[in-house]
Amino acid sequence: MESFDSLVSYAWFILGGAAATLELTVLSCTLGLIVSLIAGLSLLSKKLLVRWAARTYIELFRGTSLFVQLFAAYFVLPLAGIPLSPIQAGVLAIGLNGGAYGAEVVRAAIQAVGNDQREATIALNLTRWQAMRWIIFPQAVPLMLPTFGNLAIETMKATAIASLISVSELTFQAQMVRTQTGGTALPFITILITYLAIASMMMALVRWLERRLSRGLVSVRT
Amino acid sequence: MSWSWAFALEILPALLDGLIVTVKVTLISSVFALVVGLSFAIAKASRVTWVRHPVLLATEGIRRTPLLVQLYFLFYVLPDFGVLLSPLTAGIIGLGLHYATYTSEVFRAGIESVPVGQWEAATATNLSPYHTWTHIILPQALPPMIPALGNYVIAMFKETPILSAITILDLMGEALAQANFNYRYLEPITLVALGFLIVSLCSAAIIKILEARLRLENG
Repeated sequence: MESFDSLVSYAWFILGGAAATLELTVLSCTLGLIVSLIAGLSLLSKKLLVRWAARTYIELFRGTSLFVQLFAAYFVLPLAGIPLSPIQAGVLAIGLNGGAYGAEVVRAAIQAVGNDQREATIALNLTRWQAMRWIIFPQAVPLMLPTFGNLAIETMKATAIASLISVSELTFQAQMVRTQTGGTALPFITILITYLAIASMMMALVRWLERRLSRGLVSVRT
Repeated sequence: MSWSWAFALEILPALLDGLIVTVKVTLISSVFALVVGLSFAIAKASRVTWVRHPVLLATEGIRRTPLLVQLYFLFYVLPDFGVLLSPLTAGIIGLGLHYATYTSEVFRAGIESVPVGQWEAATATNLSPYHTWTHIILPQALPPMIPALGNYVIAMFKETPILSAITILDLMGEALAQANFNYRYLEPITLVALGFLIVSLCSAAIIKILEARLRLENG
């Protein structure tokens, strides 16, 4: 049986991985958000080519499994002359995968904004861009938020598989402790609790944002 | 980087073996996820606090932690407590339990969409809780849920590559084994991606047809 001190130092070593988990989560969510806005708006474009490009991206990334995309980013892209660090490969795969799911959320939320709003923008002689920027989009955001919150948590959970391409995040650190000490309960229970805490904090943040952004809007409950 | 057809053909039999494992795991864990998910949903609808609360706590805990860590837990931690699971059993339980928490939400929503009048009518006609569920509530609640549940089955299929992390030789496991052995990643990973893409597009099309048919039936 190991001493209490060494158990504590192992726990600290594992928790050091939380920084990488958070880094992966924040970067992947940012990339995913940007891509889902671009792809979601492209789905509503008047140009056939733009719509097709967005549709192809979405089907490709939703259809081929995140796990496969991660390995492709890490092992296959270097063959094409694009070497990526483990973190970069992780962010690229997880972000683009999340963006494919997010794009449909953006499209659905924008289409859910009432037609009377659209007619009003035409009556006021706004351009398409002005209408989207000032009238349609701000009303669509509260509709997107709950689903985006869930996607953000899915993204956080997905960062665990980046341990398999040697990003030293929580799961990777736990595996290190397991292989070096043979102890299993301590490392895995530690990271389970940490993931649970991170997810719960993210949920609280999304709830707060929901209240904040739906202020002044009547009946946005979906 | 150059694509080698010879190598692609050489690894194809191994990949097909892996695909069979993948399909098998998906089917068994789907049944597991549906049965356990339904029990979770019924438990969450229970009026008994000590049934409802532990189930709520467990499902939320499972939903908020990564599947990979849960698989490691089943595979590495449980043996220390005397529960020895084969990789395949651990994989099926892990995947099934994780998705049971998702399907239970679909079931819950479906059950709640059955009008209250149906419950009252069941009480009025003196049906036992068992008969109320099997003859009144579930037959009305289940059909509209089929598309959503089908999407979760597809999602589970796409999650199976993660099982290669606990040494299961599924499609991804075989591909990685071949890739590491020959140190060629391009062909195995491309073939796996292609396999997933074809199956997902086909199954999404099937679900769309199902949805259209359901809409027709409901008028």
